[in-house]
Amino acid sequence: MKTLTPLEQLPLFTTQIKAFINWTRKNALWPLPFGTACCGIEYMAVVGSHYDVSRFGAEVVRFSPRQADLLIVAGTITEKMAPVLRQVYEQMPEPKWVLSMGVCASSGGFYRAYHTVQGIESIVPVDIYVPGCPPTPEAVIQGIMKLQEKIAKGDTPSQRLLEKKKMAERSSDQVQSVAQGDSH
Amino acid sequence: MEYHFQLVQQLKEKIGADSILREEKSNWNPNEYILTVRAADIRKICEFLKKQKGFLWMMDICGVHYPEREENFEAVYHLYNKDNNKRIRLKVPHKEGTKIPSITSVYKAANWFEREAYDMMGIFFEGHPSLTRILCHHKFVGHPLRKNYSATANQVLDAPEVFEFPPMPPPHNDHEDILTNQRTVLNIGPSHPATHGTFRWFVELEGETIIRSKAEIGYLHRCFEKMAETHKYQQLLPYTDRLNYLSAPMNNSGYCQAVERMLGVTIPLRAQYIRVILNELSRVIDHLVCIGTTAVDMGALTTFWFCFRQRENVYELFEKLCGNRMLTSITRIGGVYGDLDEDWKRQCRGVLVTLRETVEEVDKLLSNNKIWLNRMKDTGVVSKEMAVDYAFTGPCGRASGIDYDIRKAEPYYDYDKFDFDVPVSTDGDNFARYYLRLEEMRQSIRIVEQALNKLPDGPTTISNPLVVLPPKSEVYSNIEALMNHFMLVIEGIKPPKGEIYSYSEAANGELGFYIVSDGTGYPYRVKVRPPCFPIYSSFEDVVQGGLIADAVATLGQFNVIAGELDR
Repeated sequence: MKTLTPLEQLPLFTTQIKAFINWTRKNALWPLPFGTACCGIEYMAVVGSHYDVSRFGAEVVRFSPRQADLLIVAGTITEKMAPVLRQVYEQMPEPKWVLSMGVCASSGGFYRAYHTVQGIESIVPVDIYVPGCPPTPEAVIQGIMKLQEKIAKGDTPSQRLLEKKKMAERSSDQVQSVAQGDSH
Repeated sequence: MEYHFQLVQQLKEKIGADSILREEKSNWNPNEYILTVRAADIRKICEFLKKQKGFLWMMDICGVHYPEREENFEAVYHLYNKDNNKRIRLKVPHKEGTKIPSITSVYKAANWFEREAYDMMGIFFEGHPSLTRILCHHKFVGHPLRKNYSATANQVLDAPEVFEFPPMPPPHNDHEDILTNQRTVLNIGPSHPATHGTFRWFVELEGETIIRSKAEIGYLHRCFEKMAETHKYQQLLPYTDRLNYLSAPMNNSGYCQAVERMLGVTIPLRAQYIRVILNELSRVIDHLVCIGTTAVDMGALTTFWFCFRQRENVYELFEKLCGNRMLTSITRIGGVYGDLDEDWKRQCRGVLVTLRETVEEVDKLLSNNKIWLNRMKDTGVVSKEMAVDYAFTGPCGRASGIDYDIRKAEPYYDYDKFDFDVPVSTDGDNFARYYLRLEEMRQSIRIVEQALNKLPDGPTTISNPLVVLPPKSEVYSNIEALMNHFMLVIEGIKPPKGEIYSYSEAANGELGFYIVSDGTGYPYRVKVRPPCFPIYSSFEDVVQGGLIADAVATLGQFNVIAGELDR
């Protein structure tokens, strides 16, 4: 009976733990679709059977911000909605990314109007802008792939912030241990 | 004419001769009559029209601002009598700050419409149960649709509104069970999967039963009506797509129809047939999304995949014709932009076959499904009286026993030449709405088939140089055409001075456009009568006393589209 390859014969490769973590992060994006308008329907098509975003590891749609790490803002954000969007973003755990889908979310689009937010970057930091009104599903998938590239490199603001926090914790630990060593 | 004359005489006898200030005929609709009435008498007039003359439907209320007039505001009411297919438009001119008697005691549908008129225009209605803002956020200052409010004056909101129900005595039951013995206040939405993105309800629960609820809308108020006043007639077309974005071509054609009626032009038969094909295809995909998303909310994900697979096929057709999948903007004032070729027709016939298969598949998946039946049967029941009072139209109205379809009642676009049925149910529950939509899809597929077979030859636009741009080949080779193109783009289409209320049967019901023209290239005022606005205003009443899970099914089957609800 044939068994799986024995462990000692597995091809080994070395990598940085950081690169490995980024690789896992990019291939398991859990999006929160903040769909408000037309783009929300088009996002349904992205998740739907024809375009099937699960091929890119981003199909586990979660409506709870606590379980999601990719906020997809699909649709017009109005002044009434803006504080809600901010609240949802703040509830998401780090590291987190924002994909702005469509021109309404990106810049207000052709709604230069009294109740429309002129671009969500005044509310949440955006990693990827996808143009279009609404963008085609291909464009959204391209946006997700671009984001994956950025995540793999680890150069999104959210990841950098996390890194900085860890460094600060580590150095404060060291300072503490040094301080403790001095006292003895 | 006779009828209207008698009606005005009776009104004068009952209410008083000086209450009617002016009578006019509608310049395009022989069934419509326009009365200008005194503000103080509006409730009495509405009561008389409803109780004595059968005007049971309050279709729309809106305000218009005329800064140069002495009586600088005008509230406009649209009433409808289904029995003899007559319409009345009541115009109430008044000075700013005048209190107009509220007609919420006569028509329940007036509740939200009056709130909207207050929010947008600052018209006060005396006797309204809660005259608060509805579309703009609660800290908004001013009334945005007044002519002196700038279209770009944003007002930032820092925190979402917190709502509290007025205190109520605690429940009197002897249950030991803590779940049924105390009340819980719950906030649902606006970011919640069951609320489809932009609706928010506050509910008070006893166990799982809804005791009180309050629906809040306006989270997608992106100022369509203000944009309409700052753009030319033809520039407004892409905005209309984004009203009901599930079935965009229908809004296009509804708007174009209104402007064409104002201009007094009739579009060529071929253009009418192309509009019929696009409208009916979009009606099918609209219903598919409605059923698919409701099924997701009920936990049946498979149906969603089935529906969306089919939707893609129709999108491909749209993309081939228009270049955009969803928001097509292919209709033009005076016709349609593109033309159907043989290849498109062949592909469309293929899609119709698969569409029909999908409808049957969905039927098989759901109609006898025990879980689906348990969730949909006898939930969200709307009686016929209630539906009329809330001005239900479209599938939701027909599911409650209202046999009203504008395609049959006042056929436009040659709809009287097609062989199709209008399904009606008398159950009024969610299952009736679902089943009726299935049947409507079958009928729409039939219409598209007939339209494809009968598609006449000829031009797709009229050749009026004041309405339609000349063809590009002419523009590049001919100075007259170039000048014509230039002038039409710069000046815009100029409908004659006047106003119109034009309506068509959209996927959710009567989609009305009330357009006031002052003779320039820009509309003076555009008011959309979104079909789901009055339907959703009944939501608080419909879900009261039911389970909270059933409210989700009801919302799904009401098919409320935020784009046209909030505009």
